[in-house]
Amino acid sequence: MSKKILLEHIDVPGIDTYDVYRKQGGYTAVEKALKTMTPEAVVEEVKKSGVRGRGGAGFPMGMKWSFLAKPEGVPRYLVCNADESEPGTFKDHYLMKNIPHLLIEGMIISSFALGANKSFIYVRGELMYVIYILEKAIAEAKAAGFLGKNILGTGYDLELVVQPGGGAYICGEETALLESLEGKRGNPRNKPPFPAVKGLYQSPTVVNNVESIATTAWIVNNGGDAYAAIGVGRSTGTKLISASGHIKKPGVYEIELGLPVEEFLYSDEWCGGIRDGHHLKAVVAGGSSVPILPANLILKLANGEPRMMSYESLSDGGFQTGTMLGSGGFIVFDETSCIVRNTWNFSRFYHHESCGQCSPCREGTGWMEKVLHRIEYGHGSMHDIDLLVDVAKKIEGNTICPLGDAAAWPVASAIRHFREEFEWHITNPQEATRPGAVYKGDMALV
Amino acid sequence: MEDNKPQLFKVTIDNIEVEVEPGTTILQAARKIGGDVAPPAMCYYQPLKGSGGKCRACLVRVAAGSAKDPRPMPKLVASCITPVQDGMVVENTTSQQVLDTRKGIVEFLLINHPLDCPVCDQAGECDLQNFAFKHGMATTRYEEDRRTFDKQDIGPYIQLHMTRCILCYRCVYTADQITQKRVHGVLGRGDAAEISTYIEKAVDNEFSGNVIDVCPVGALTDKTYRFKNRVWFTKPVDAHRDCPTCSGNVTLWYRGDDVIRVTARKNEWNEVTEFICNTCRFEKKKTSDWVIEGPTKISRSSVISVNKYRRDTIKPDFQRKLAASSYTDVDDERDTSQLGIQQLPPERFAQLPHANDPEP
Repeated sequence: MSKKILLEHIDVPGIDTYDVYRKQGGYTAVEKALKTMTPEAVVEEVKKSGVRGRGGAGFPMGMKWSFLAKPEGVPRYLVCNADESEPGTFKDHYLMKNIPHLLIEGMIISSFALGANKSFIYVRGELMYVIYILEKAIAEAKAAGFLGKNILGTGYDLELVVQPGGGAYICGEETALLESLEGKRGNPRNKPPFPAVKGLYQSPTVVNNVESIATTAWIVNNGGDAYAAIGVGRSTGTKLISASGHIKKPGVYEIELGLPVEEFLYSDEWCGGIRDGHHLKAVVAGGSSVPILPANLILKLANGEPRMMSYESLSDGGFQTGTMLGSGGFIVFDETSCIVRNTWNFSRFYHHESCGQCSPCREGTGWMEKVLHRIEYGHGSMHDIDLLVDVAKKIEGNTICPLGDAAAWPVASAIRHFREEFEWHITNPQEATRPGAVYKGDMALV
Repeated sequence: MEDNKPQLFKVTIDNIEVEVEPGTTILQAARKIGGDVAPPAMCYYQPLKGSGGKCRACLVRVAAGSAKDPRPMPKLVASCITPVQDGMVVENTTSQQVLDTRKGIVEFLLINHPLDCPVCDQAGECDLQNFAFKHGMATTRYEEDRRTFDKQDIGPYIQLHMTRCILCYRCVYTADQITQKRVHGVLGRGDAAEISTYIEKAVDNEFSGNVIDVCPVGALTDKTYRFKNRVWFTKPVDAHRDCPTCSGNVTLWYRGDDVIRVTARKNEWNEVTEFICNTCRFEKKKTSDWVIEGPTKISRSSVISVNKYRRDTIKPDFQRKLAASSYTDVDDERDTSQLGIQQLPPERFAQLPHANDPEP
């Protein structure tokens, strides 16, 4: 059995209620942090743990916290990013729905460490029932004295606010989230200034993912060094992976970083292998925005070593032969799935979700979607493939926020690894547009 | 004794060094040098606070962040919002990456633009036209339908032709900052986003006409001037009047003896220097309303100055040289052999009569 940190008590009946959660050792971290530690000591433990942001970018959380500006007389805010909208990622949803108190415990500790007296949980608008669960949990925690004025008699005040979003993918970008939270149109801001200096209401703000914040409870209880001992290299700790697609056991799994991809994919403890009678064709390892990898490259690095589930191993080889851990949305495709159709589908999503603020993303995502649509429906021509690569290159890195990159990477990587399939669609339009038709040419299946 | 003057930052842009005050953006520093060194700006508008960073036309490469930390910045940065550091080295026209990216930006801005310049009132003084001419390609790779919107009257004086809009947000900032109440904003998302007033409410404000001047394209047009004339047939004249609401400093646009349009005065970067009120702009269209100051200074290369001045003040050789030097700037790879027009390579330009004559 792999080490479990977040989902340790997931199977205990009634874990979503305060009493059961408390009986399982819940809120001891709050007691420990508030009564025996200083905020600086908590930040130090998180730094030592080496935990990296679980929302996708993988930026070390302790370092992010230490960047927070602390001017006198200005409030500081902690905002929890629960606007999980990445296609293929559903771990935060699972965590908040099943163990809401874990997030609240993490929020109290993190707010204490950052000196925030009002903290926000920004939940995507589609998850209204999760918002009710969180609000109920907050009321329970408040009744038990863990929230509100003078928590546990330590003189620390904290108010937690749950804010439903309007259902826009772009509001998962931290500055767009802050704009939305302020009640404005969810357009990402120009950086700098970064939120750590001027964030919510122009005050220093830290925005963290649900999973990152939930991790702090365990780190406070067991120490940063214990957390750093789990995992491999600079990928410390455990990670929630949302496994979906053509596997026998889709679901949310907590894995120790450094687990071989092959074991994760085929072991009965996790995904349980590809569905019977089918073969692995491709994997999107970290949510729809990361580059897609063909079967041979996801299981093995370019030099033949086994690939592991960790930040470094997954991105080994750059985008030529690697991908990213991202938010941990592990989407598996078998040989019945059409890469062109899938890429078009992703592209359609980004076209729909682009905020329309900066021109490369606004126009480029729509353009790519139209060209992919053309190829998928048998009207493409050979130069369309190079056009797509060129458009993706012109978007990437030239936009205000990472949505442009997220839209460009899947397209560029699909063409990089599955060019023959695109060409087949163009040269055999009649065959390719038949319902259920899939490229059956020469490719590496496992 | 301590020096009270703020320490000036030394910045090198395209190998030209310039000293600017701390807090200046790269774009402003480049404008101080002027000419081609200044990056194009489609959304940035100096008088409007918070504008910029959206069109990405002004992206530049920072080859060295500062004297203290001379690492290059990993991505191209928007020069209009990035403040300079002491010892910063910026590449604008000297970086091929920047030029390629800019070509891509033109392409992006044009794919949903109707290119109806022949019937557009803005043609001749359009930022997008200038930008596309200077940095874009002559052909398009976009084959699909362009997005379209219905024309919309916002208020009695302004018409919104959203199809032409490039979503620079300038008019939104104008509405926020110049007028007393916010009159319009952006609805929708992505390439379906549109400038709009909520439930087609009329724009009703003394300064609302300024959105026409700030619009870089022909999306917001003056209904009292629509289809009246082409801008290069009109003659701009600076004038002022004693106005109770605004400064009263305007530019009058004459066709013959008639004032057919009144706009605010603009500087060399096409930015309004003083915002004017609707009364000056729309109501006062008689010469007797104004005190004339003299002809407006218009850039020699602008189409507006064509046919305006006596022949002997024009330097044809200079213009021919300009044409020869900018010949390679237009990226046109189309096959013109069947057109019967033989395009001249630059070296043939140099052989033309008068091309090498000294300037008068």
